[in-house]
Formats: sequence, C-alpha cells, structure tokens
Amino acid sequence: MPENARRICASAVVALSLVVGVAFAGEIRVACYSDGNECEVTQDLAKRFEAQNADVKVAIDKVPYKAILEQLPVQLAAGEGPDIARVTDLGGLSKYYLDITPYVKDPKYWEANFGQTLLWMRPTANDKGIYGMMTQLTVTGPYVNKTLFEQANVPLPGPQATWDQWVDASRKVAKATQVPFAVAFDRSGHRFAGPAISMGAKYFDARGNLVIDDGYKTMAKKLYDWNRDGTMPKEVWGGVGGSTYRDAFEEFANGRVVMYLSGSWQIRRMDTQIGKNFDWIAVPNPCGPAACTGIPGGAAFVALKRTKNPKDVGRFLDYLASEPVYAEYMARTENIPAHAGVAKKGVDYKISPQAKAALNTFVAEVPKLSPVAYQIQGYKLNRAVFNPTAARLGQAIAGEMSLDDALKRIGADIDEQVKASGK
Amino acid sequence: MASVTTILSARRGRGKPDWTDWFSYGYLLLGLVLMFGPVLWLVLSSFKSAAALNEFPPQLLPYGQKSIAVPGQEKPLPLYRVTMPDGATRELAEVRRIGIQATLVDPKAPDQEYKVNIRDRKPVREFRLATENYSEIFDKFSFGTYLWNSVFITIVATLITLLFNAMAAFALSKYRFGGRDAVFLVIISTLMIPPTIILVPNFLVVSELGLLNSLWGVIWPAVATPTGVFLLRQYMLTIPDELIDAARMDYASEWRIFWRIILPLSAPALAVLAIFSVMWRWNDFLWPLIVLSRTEKFTLQLALNAFQGELTTQWHYLLAMTVITLLPVTLVFAFLQKYITTGIASAGVK
Amino acid sequence: MNAVDAPMRAVQRVLGVPRIGWMFVAPNLAILGLFTFLPIVVNFYFAFTGGVQLYPSERPFTGLENLETLFECESYLDPSTCRKDLFWRAIYNTGKFALLQVGLMVAFALITALVLNRKILGRGFFRGVFFYPVLLSPVVVALIWKWVLQREGVLNAVLAGAGASPVGWLSDASWAFFWCVFVSIWAHMGFYTLILLAGLQAIPADLYEAAAMDSASPWRRFSRITLPLLMPNLIVVLVLGLIRAVQIFDEVFVLTGGGPGSATTFIVQFIYQTGFAESIHQYGLAAAASLVLALSLLVLTLLQLRMTRKNLAGGKANGDG
Repeated sequence: MPENARRICASAVVALSLVVGVAFAGEIRVACYSDGNECEVTQDLAKRFEAQNADVKVAIDKVPYKAILEQLPVQLAAGEGPDIARVTDLGGLSKYYLDITPYVKDPKYWEANFGQTLLWMRPTANDKGIYGMMTQLTVTGPYVNKTLFEQANVPLPGPQATWDQWVDASRKVAKATQVPFAVAFDRSGHRFAGPAISMGAKYFDARGNLVIDDGYKTMAKKLYDWNRDGTMPKEVWGGVGGSTYRDAFEEFANGRVVMYLSGSWQIRRMDTQIGKNFDWIAVPNPCGPAACTGIPGGAAFVALKRTKNPKDVGRFLDYLASEPVYAEYMARTENIPAHAGVAKKGVDYKISPQAKAALNTFVAEVPKLSPVAYQIQGYKLNRAVFNPTAARLGQAIAGEMSLDDALKRIGADIDEQVKASGK
Repeated sequence: MASVTTILSARRGRGKPDWTDWFSYGYLLLGLVLMFGPVLWLVLSSFKSAAALNEFPPQLLPYGQKSIAVPGQEKPLPLYRVTMPDGATRELAEVRRIGIQATLVDPKAPDQEYKVNIRDRKPVREFRLATENYSEIFDKFSFGTYLWNSVFITIVATLITLLFNAMAAFALSKYRFGGRDAVFLVIISTLMIPPTIILVPNFLVVSELGLLNSLWGVIWPAVATPTGVFLLRQYMLTIPDELIDAARMDYASEWRIFWRIILPLSAPALAVLAIFSVMWRWNDFLWPLIVLSRTEKFTLQLALNAFQGELTTQWHYLLAMTVITLLPVTLVFAFLQKYITTGIASAGVK
Repeated sequence: MNAVDAPMRAVQRVLGVPRIGWMFVAPNLAILGLFTFLPIVVNFYFAFTGGVQLYPSERPFTGLENLETLFECESYLDPSTCRKDLFWRAIYNTGKFALLQVGLMVAFALITALVLNRKILGRGFFRGVFFYPVLLSPVVVALIWKWVLQREGVLNAVLAGAGASPVGWLSDASWAFFWCVFVSIWAHMGFYTLILLAGLQAIPADLYEAAAMDSASPWRRFSRITLPLLMPNLIVVLVLGLIRAVQIFDEVFVLTGGGPGSATTFIVQFIYQTGFAESIHQYGLAAAASLVLALSLLVLTLLQLRMTRKNLAGGKANGDG
C-alpha cells in the first residue's frame, strides 16, 4: 500500500536526518492536536495539497493537547519545534510567530475573512501581520442531559434564565433521578471566565491591567459554594494539582452530571461517544446581572518563525484558508467557521440532528458574546489569570485554603506572572 | 546445612506448625493477593468493553451485551430483559430509543411493538472478551511506533551501557593510576544527584547537541550508570590479577585483555546489569517526557501518560495499552527472576 | 575489535599501562561530565538569574532574588504565610511522605525478609511475588492503582458489597496522601526486601545454634543477633529509601497529579511545574528550588556515610567484622 511505503520512506528520512541533522527541503511539519477529528481531516487535506503541489511534503504530527500546552513552548524557546502548530494560547506564543503576509496570494482576502481573529495572534495592537489561520471559532456554553430532565419531569429553563435558576433546576433533576451531581464545569480559568463576566467581571482595570473585581469574586464564591455543598463534583476542580487542565466530559458522558459547562469543540466528541445513549443538548449561556455570555476562542494553525520553508508554509495555509477547502474542513470537523465568507454561506454539516441542533445553538451565541469576553480572549497574557484561577480556586475547593486566601493568591500570582513575562 | 534446618524446625516445635508458621503463610498469602491482585484485575478489565467498564459495581468477568438478529431489521438489535406491566419478564430487542421511552419488539414476533420506560429494561449479557480493545489501539494510536521506540531505546542503551560501564569498571578495579579513587568517588557521587536538579540545564545541553526529539537524546545521557559501574567493579575485583599479568607477558594489548579475558569472565555480572538496564530504560519516564515531544518519537510510557489525560473516558483503550506495556517486563521477570534477585542481593551486600 | 585494537595499542605506548586506565574510564566520564556535571554548573547559574528565557546568555542576572522569593515567609511553619506557598507545601508534604513511607516500607521489608528467610514452601516463588512490582514502570503502577481506586473501581465495589458507601479515594486530601504512600511502598518494597534478605542469609547459623543452646527467647535472638548484624543493610536500605522518597515524582504525578489541591504535590513536581508545565516558565525559580533539594540530599548522603562509618567502627570495636 502506498500509505505504508510512504511511512517507511518517511521513517528512513527522519532516521537519516537524525544522523545528519539536516531539515529536508520542501517539507513542512505541522504539530496538530484534535478535539475530535481535526488532525485526520488536516492530514487528508494535506495529501490533496501535496498532490497539487508536488514539491512540498506536509507531515502532520498528531500530538495530545497536553503536549501543545506543556512541551511546545519549551521546544520553541529552545529554537526547536514544527513549522506550523495548532495552538490555543494565541497571544502567549505570539513572539514565535511568522508573518506570512509576503507568502500568501492575497492578504486582503485574509483580512476580509479572518479579520476579527487575526487580531488575536498579533503580538502588539499596531501590528498588521498575518500569523495564522483559525481552525475553528469556539464558544463556551453549557450542555444539558435532556433525558434526565424528562425523567424528572422538570421543565428546561428558558433562554433568559439565570445561573441560579439553571443550577436550581439541575439540582431538582439530580435529586429526582438520583444522579450524583447537578452541574460540572471544566477545570479551566477560560471556562470560568464566561459566567464570571456574566456576573459582572471586567478582568481589566481602567489602565488595561489584569484585575480581580467584584464580579469575578461573586462567581468565584458561587463556584466554591456549589463545589462544597455537593452540587458540583469536587474531583474536577479540587481533584488535581496546579493549573492542570481537566475536563468533566467523563462525568457528563456517564450520566453523572445534569448540566456541563464546556464548549462547542466538544460536539463531535459528544456525537461519537455519547451518541444516542441519552439526549444531550446545548443550551444558551445562562445569564447574570451583566451579561449572558460565553468566551470565544478556538485553535489556530500558526506559522512559526523557526521554519526553514516559509514559502511552503504560506502556500499550505493559503490552501487551507481557501473557501471550498475551509468549508469542507468545517463540515467534517463539525466546527463553527471563523471564516466570514463560509459562515455567511452556512456550512453543510453532515452530522446527526443532535449535533446540528447543538451547533446552531452555539452559532446563535456568537452575537451575544460580551466585548469583555473578546478582550480577555485576545489578551496576550490571559494565561496569567486563567492558570491561577484554576490552581487557586482548586485549592480552596479542596479545602486547603479559604476562598478569601485563594482570591488574594490569585491576585499575587497574576502580578508575579505578568512581571516575569515582562522581564 | 542440615544442622540449620534442625535448628529452625526445632524453633517451631517438632513437626507441629506453631503460630509463627501460620503467620508466615498468612502473610505470604496476603502479599500474593496484594502484589498480584491489582495487576490481574487490570488484565481482566482490559478485556471488557467500554460500556461494561462504566458499570458500577463492576462485574468480575468481561461481559458484552447480547444482540440478536431480528427479521426485518438490517443490523442485529441489542437484547434487553424487560419487566412487563403484568409483572412477567421477557427478552425483547430494542428497535429505537427516544428520550426516556424505548421501543422494543419480540424477536420471534417482530410485528408487535412495546413501548417501555428505559428504567424498566436491563441489558442481557454474555461472556465476551473485548479483544478489539487491543487491535484497535494499533490502528488508532500508532501503538506500533511507540513499541518500536521503546524497544530501540532499551536495546541500544543497554548495549552501550554494558560497554561503557565495563570499561570504566575495568579501569577502576584493575589499574592503579593517579586519581583513580577520586574518579570512583565522583562516579558514585552522581548517584546522589536527582535528575530533576539538572532537568532544565540538561535540556539545554541536549538541545544544543541537536538531540532533542531524537531517541539518541534519551539514550546518551542514560548510559553512564554509576550503579552499573559499581556492580561490575565489585565483580571484577574478584578476577585474579594473575590472569591479566600472564596475558601482559604474552604482549597482549590492554584492549585485548579487556575484550578477550575480562568481559567473558564478567558475564554473570554483565547479565545482571543488562537486566537492570533493560528495566530502567523500558520504564524511563521523566527524562523522555522532557526530551521527546513529537508523538512519533514517544516511548510506550510517554504514550500511556499522554493518553491517560486524553482518554479519561476511554479506559478500555488505556487498560489495553497498559497491559501491553507491562508485558515485556513481566516476561523478563518470569524467566529471569532468579538472576535478578540474586543480582540485587549481591549488590546490597556491600 | 581489530579496528579498536591498533589505536588502543598506540595510546598504550604513549601513556603506559597504568595510565591507560584513563582511556577506559573516559567514555563514562565524558557522558557524566556532559550530562551531569555541566548541567549542575549551569543549574547553579540558572538559580541566580530571572526572566523566562531558556538560554542562559539571555537571562538577566538577579542574584539571590530567586532564593529570596522561595524563602519569603512570615512563618516557616505555616505555608500559607509564604509567598511561594506551593513550594513550602511541597516541602512539608515531601518531608511527611519521606518519613512515613520509608519508616513503613523498611518495617514491612524487614518483616517480609524475616518471613522469607524461613524454611517455607515455594520460597523462590514468593520472593518473586514481592519483587514483581519493582519491575513495573511508575506510569503502569500508577494506572493500575488509579483503576482500582476510581470512584467506580473495584475497591469501592467491594465496599459497596459489604454495605459501606463508596469513597472518593483520590479526591480526598488525606486518603490521596495515604494512597501515595501505599502505592509507593507497594512498588518498591520488594527491592529492599531482597537486600535485607541477603543480609539475613549472611548471618552465620552457628550464632543461632549457640543462642538455642542458651535457650534464648526468639525476641532476644532477634534483638541480640539478627538486628545488630543486619544493621549495615538496614542503614543502606533506610538511606537509599530516604533518598528515593525525597525525589518521588513519577507514580504520584500520574496517580494524583499533585491533587487534590496540593495535598500530594511533592518537591520534584513543584520544580517540574515551575520550570516546564506552567505556561509562564520560571526556570530560575525552578533551578533555585532544585538547589534546595540538592542540598537536602547532600545532607542525607553525608549522614549515611557517617552512620556506615560509625557502624563499621562500632562493629570493629566489638570484635566482629
């Protein structure tokens, strides 16, 4: 099979380059992680690209998300790494990005279709470069186990319902159906930010510095209380250490949680792993006094400065960004497009009715996103607040410190990390 | 020897087992259960299907849900045991489920449909080994690559370790040169240095040498094991010097002496070191974690760690991977246990 | 081999036979030098620099700032008053862990060695039984126990069968700590059992014979013969165990990830997290913390050397050894 033959050749080449230590001209490496099947689809598209461009080889490295979070930055700092990487910390890694404006066919096309999200990858506000392509637009939002609501005979709260109303309803459902927990959040400061902003958090003070304000503290107290009184499973936020990311997908998929705050990138995973086991639906983000918002985001294929083949990098990204290819990519990965043209035309998703309904719910969330949400997502150092949120609130939930101590520590951690990055 | 046995049995009271015997056997049995039990449970669980793994309490043996071919349906339908309104239980096949209501039919009389609340039905089970857990990981996760990486690192590192350590041990046991004792102390002192202390700078060194993401970046730093040098030196000290002197008188070069005389004579110690090295390199975790970040370079341990974060829902794959990862070491253990245990014993008696 | 022979002969002519020892030791030393000693020196430098750059030349020199950050505490006994509370929690956790784990493990290893020293059926088999977990990799060990200790794992199933309610073993701080100790003992006990067993078997039988003639009680036999003669091995086991316990990382990292909260975060994980896992890498701080770790290990090893020397000297004074 040509597949195997190519693999053998590729291995031989890699082995050779280990000895010789030379990068193969005309080859670009892409470090890719999948939420669902993004890397398989990318590989498929890469093969087609290779067929059309015989002088370029595209190697897709499928890595776990952990590797992107933990190892890629160290690699890049050491001057190593791939030519393109699919990353979520768009601002934090921006110092390693390559401006592909000279290497793409039509920079105006990129501006027109990816304008909003190009901002997120630029190191400074005045920069006008093109550094990568969003592979998806994600929105955070809750999923709900509708089957449990039906069994409990509790009506689903309406689109303007508040967090408290949703949590109350979920509690009733959990009690009636003997499900252990009512609500679960992914252990992530990014996930937390949505409800926090809805409660009034602004994340930035007047001078544009990160700050922990009353809205944030209100939401932190809610999260703390819900974990301590058994509404939420303590293992998720309090079960691991540091700022380790942990999602609560397992709890939701196994029917141990009624309502689960995650995001649109989980749709395909829900479809494949839960399927028809129960009726899972996406619901609009619950409201707080300030907003009913989630956080936008997404992973992007970014071009990296260290590449020896910038022209090929530009060509490949150009190919992926072209409308028909991008539309196909969205359809197959069941993601929300970040490409304005594709979004306008609509994507022909070939997915289950459940997934389609969920996607449409998330797409409808996009206009409701608060400007603070865009601001915090685009901020280069947002990890400085997201990481301590998970770490310190996790410690408080695990009973190691009081909530007040945790909030003080978050403030101190933010200052320390911002200072360290500034040096 | 015989007198020892007499003494020992005399302690226990002639021929009759006393409390120390009961305690001993009881303790050993408890040890057996504790040491082997969890591993056996792991292996057993790895043959269960994903659905079966989600059950609580878990069944002892692997079961899968029975499915039955029903006339008029393309695919076999899952079989359930249903409590009917009249109290009787029947085995029915499920056609579809919407919300909390399931539609089931009798496989023998598929025309009549029954609408049942999902709470009133239980799956019908049969014993089934979910071997697809094992076959699928090779397809989905390029498990073969990880296996190869682990094997390559283990074998190559062991060979180099044997060579370098034997050379060093030879020098330290059979030669007198200025600074010899200092060198020995220096080598042994590195035992006290935890790898974490030198993690970041070591990463820098490896990166500067261009060995990042290379299996050699894992191999080279690991081959100068002080334990190996110590072990081999202990053994070589027992090789009579006369053999070497005789060889020198025959104008053999030192290298020849090493290669032709010392090495063969040290075979037992080399065997023990080889076993240790295989064990160490196969199980290496922290250092490969730092050096290797491209998945195609992952060793089995790294792959396991990476996927245990990704696959918290997919225990069936994780368990199968874990079993495969511990298989080689188990085999080595089963066949070479005696060498290993005697080797450690001799090393411990300083 | 012939290819190596000729150049080696040449070197031999130059250096002379005694000094050719250097040639043999050279490869080992080179590796150690490059991958152990050089990094130690660099690490020293790292500890006194700040910033987030990886390359030493790009890092600003900050002197003792990293160490000051680490040691900035109102009260050293209460981690929550410290600036780097995680560091101090890790230190206390590690200390607690090391003492508990080594104490229990050596006790169990001793009991097991005593049991295995008897004339019992299948002694070789049982020796292997206790040693098997030592061969397993830390990741495998952690996964085996994670699977058993899951909320819906077999341990909770047994409890549920006995009528008790299931416990979140790894999500409760004290239980998580307990299991870290337990799993660590499970995975390493066999190794030390073998060392102690070898020591027990080296005790000459005539000593016991003589004691039997004096109708000494089993306890007296143990405390007067076994224990003193086993002391060197016990010291080795204790110190080796301590050195390893202080550096615990792999099993715990996979088993609990340092959680819940920071209940099972130990010092090596702190170093790893600070330098590698957090998205803002503070290499200098990690290096400084590892210096503290190195110092404590140095103290431990010096202690061992002193105790072994004292023990040997003591033995010599008593006329044995």
